[in-house]
Amino acid sequence: MAMDESVRKAILGAVPSLRAFAISLCGNVDRADDLVQETLLRALANIDSFQPGTNMSAWLFTILRNHFRSEYRKRRREVEDSDGHLAETLKSQPDQYGRVEFREFREALAQLPADQREALILVGASGFSYEEAAGICGCAVGTIKSRVNRARTRLADLLHVNSAEDFGPDETTRAVLASGE
Amino acid sequence: METAATRNKRPSSKPAKLSRDVQARLGQQLRAMYDEVVNQGVPERFSELINRLDGDGKKDER
Repeated sequence: MAMDESVRKAILGAVPSLRAFAISLCGNVDRADDLVQETLLRALANIDSFQPGTNMSAWLFTILRNHFRSEYRKRRREVEDSDGHLAETLKSQPDQYGRVEFREFREALAQLPADQREALILVGASGFSYEEAAGICGCAVGTIKSRVNRARTRLADLLHVNSAEDFGPDETTRAVLASGE
Repeated sequence: METAATRNKRPSSKPAKLSRDVQARLGQQLRAMYDEVVNQGVPERFSELINRLDGDGKKDER
């Protein structure tokens, strides 16, 4: 299937964020990259169902999320069932997902219920609107809002932060530096 | 678009549960972690995959 140059560019442009989302779902870079690859194959095979002018990124995220839900969920549930195992995995592979200084944050994130983690990432990191996130997750906008709120509250609990002071100034500086901006 | 300068701005902090500044800090950490992956760009395996599939399609048309 030959693609419009604009379509090809839009797909390539979405890949970095798609990977970051996949890693946050899988907690493992290798599995996440396989998930991205399968997503791209599906997307390219069904490129005719993409409506030009709509958000390519949201379309790809929806495919990835649905594929993850159907193919990977069982495996992930096995992981989550063994209480805290995902967090342990992340702890033993600090370089697999970002820098060491984010370890505590990543571990807290891994402990969130999957629905909440997904909503928080889509809205708080991927930059989707509540409406777009609801479209990607196939739920109501209000559901996304409440998941994001619960995710934030739970994260703050897990990280024992009650005020911004609890983060310490160094953390912020490092976060800013690490973000590469 | 956020810049390092706006991210680095330390909001005035008051001890309230999930005040705006706590939310802002959580958001900063989340984005910093996410952006670290985003900043890795497009790994070769994916650009090659897309080019290969796109190329196949173009060949078929000839």
